[in-house]
Amino acid sequence: MHRIRRFEEQILEIYTSGLMHGLAHLYIGEEAVAVGVCTALRDDDYITSTHRGHGHCVAKGGKLDEMMAEVMGRVTGICRGKGGSMHIADMSVGILGANGIVGGGFGIATGAALSAKLRKTDQVAVCFFGDGASNQGIFFEVMNHAAIWDLPVVYICENNQYGEYTATDSVTAGDTIADRAKPFGIPGSVIDGNDVVAVYEAAQEAIQRARSGGGPSLIECMTYRHRGHHVGDPGDGYRSEEERQEWQDKDPIAQFKSALIESGIPEAELDAIDAEVKAEVRDAVESAKNAPWPDVEEANQHVFA
Amino acid sequence: MSSPEKEITFGAAVKQAIAEEMRRDETVIMLGEDIGSAGGVFKILVGLREEFGDQRIIDTPIAEAGYVGLGVGAALTGLRPIVELMFGDFMALAMDQIVNQAAKLRYMSGGQATVPITIRATMGAGRSSAAQHSQSLHAWASHIPGLKVAIPSTPKDAIGLLKTAIRDDNPVVVFEDKMMYAVKGPVPDVVDPIPFGVADIKRPGDDVTLIATSSMVLVALSAADELAKEGISAEVIDPRTMVPLDKDTLIQSVSKTGHAVIIDEGCQSFGITGELASVIYDGAFDYLEAPIVRIGAMDVPVPFSKPLEDATIPNEHDVISAVKGIL
Repeated sequence: MHRIRRFEEQILEIYTSGLMHGLAHLYIGEEAVAVGVCTALRDDDYITSTHRGHGHCVAKGGKLDEMMAEVMGRVTGICRGKGGSMHIADMSVGILGANGIVGGGFGIATGAALSAKLRKTDQVAVCFFGDGASNQGIFFEVMNHAAIWDLPVVYICENNQYGEYTATDSVTAGDTIADRAKPFGIPGSVIDGNDVVAVYEAAQEAIQRARSGGGPSLIECMTYRHRGHHVGDPGDGYRSEEERQEWQDKDPIAQFKSALIESGIPEAELDAIDAEVKAEVRDAVESAKNAPWPDVEEANQHVFA
Repeated sequence: MSSPEKEITFGAAVKQAIAEEMRRDETVIMLGEDIGSAGGVFKILVGLREEFGDQRIIDTPIAEAGYVGLGVGAALTGLRPIVELMFGDFMALAMDQIVNQAAKLRYMSGGQATVPITIRATMGAGRSSAAQHSQSLHAWASHIPGLKVAIPSTPKDAIGLLKTAIRDDNPVVVFEDKMMYAVKGPVPDVVDPIPFGVADIKRPGDDVTLIATSSMVLVALSAADELAKEGISAEVIDPRTMVPLDKDTLIQSVSKTGHAVIIDEGCQSFGITGELASVIYDGAFDYLEAPIVRIGAMDVPVPFSKPLEDATIPNEHDVISAVKGIL
């Protein structure tokens, strides 16, 4: 979680200092979801990610230097600078891609699960998506496919309560997004997405069910983004100060840190982890800054295999 | 030694290509509506479910975005799916999966992702199926970098191009004119994959080049027969793939004949005929003795009523009068 937090803070810094262009959707505040879920996954399992995807990619094993170079458009980026922040993919660790289309990962993740089943591996696919994506039609199409074929896929809804600038409950029917699994016979649950242990336990159960042939699940993780929709959005105006403070107080990292200290882990040990991660992120920025831009010839490469 | 030939229908050719590829490569699967239980809405796939089982010939819900999306995910992770859009018009429902996902994943990942999916879509008017079951939308796919587009006109080409599509490591959209499924043509015992980007001269000639796609190749050949009776020698060229496009063969032919008529069943405006014309203007301008004539479908939604529908589709009379107008 710390690695993601420091990575995102660094993104904010390089963005505002002009070292990064395009769009940056920060994951700060939602780290427990990615970490809880990906900790329960194997290296050869698959994930699809979202436009707010840095956290998923870090948690699934993406390398910080390759990710940082990617968001800065350098040729040493994991996608050679051709994808950028919204399209980080690392096939070597099962990251089938962040996606600039809201709900863009539904088909891919469910198809990866179909593939795992037909190839008779016991791999699992996890589809991260936001509350906004739960109103895309393809969400219902893939849940139907996953249910009729018992596919090993786990749908992880990160409900940060706003689709861009619009309050989710003002545009979303029903009590919960998890309820939307019920008509398909898919188990759906709502959990505290800021509690990394709760996320891990729920994910672990769903992933094991998928791996052992028990079919798909949907977990709705209630969480909040501390920052705006993207770096250019201050995140206020449409969200009250009280509400933001309330979620700031439920910060997943601070909560977990307190719990660890309470359980007897020395604070100094946690601080050491933080220092190590900070250095790692700083190194990633330095190496990306010094990395070359792609040659313009690169624009015409990788269109086709 | 050439292998003996037999006459089979275009539909049988499609099935033969799929069956042969599924026998040689167990990662090839097929997803589509009614393909297993009914052998496809046009019945050309009857028997595949019996041979390959329901884990490889997979009936899907009527949910084009969903199952095409699943095909993309399966292609990313070790399978070679063939997905069928029983009517090419339904491509509109799956467009995000085709355009924003399948076509771009390799590029956006800097060459890491491989998406070997074949999307088979029908095209063509002529069945009184009206505006949502008759369109020829190959220009849509051709406009998107990252998609290859094949458009066979004969049973033999259907086999060869489909085999290449299925073996290709890229997304390929194959357009099949449903009006040709029952049309027979000669096919050798063994049909090798036909490389993409190689046009085929369906009939050699000297006076005018007729460039035609899909069922319009049959229209062009028929027109060429009529023109021959009047002493006009027409060369008929089928590009066979829109992407990649064999520009050289088109340019060479027009450089020889000095005249070109382009016939395609997509709507004429902003489409294939315009693109092919510009290829010829760029490459053979100095040899042209007359302006290029483009014959596309009328720029209207395809109407239901038979006489109206017929009026919207290019026919051999349109081709013959176009040729006479420029010679």
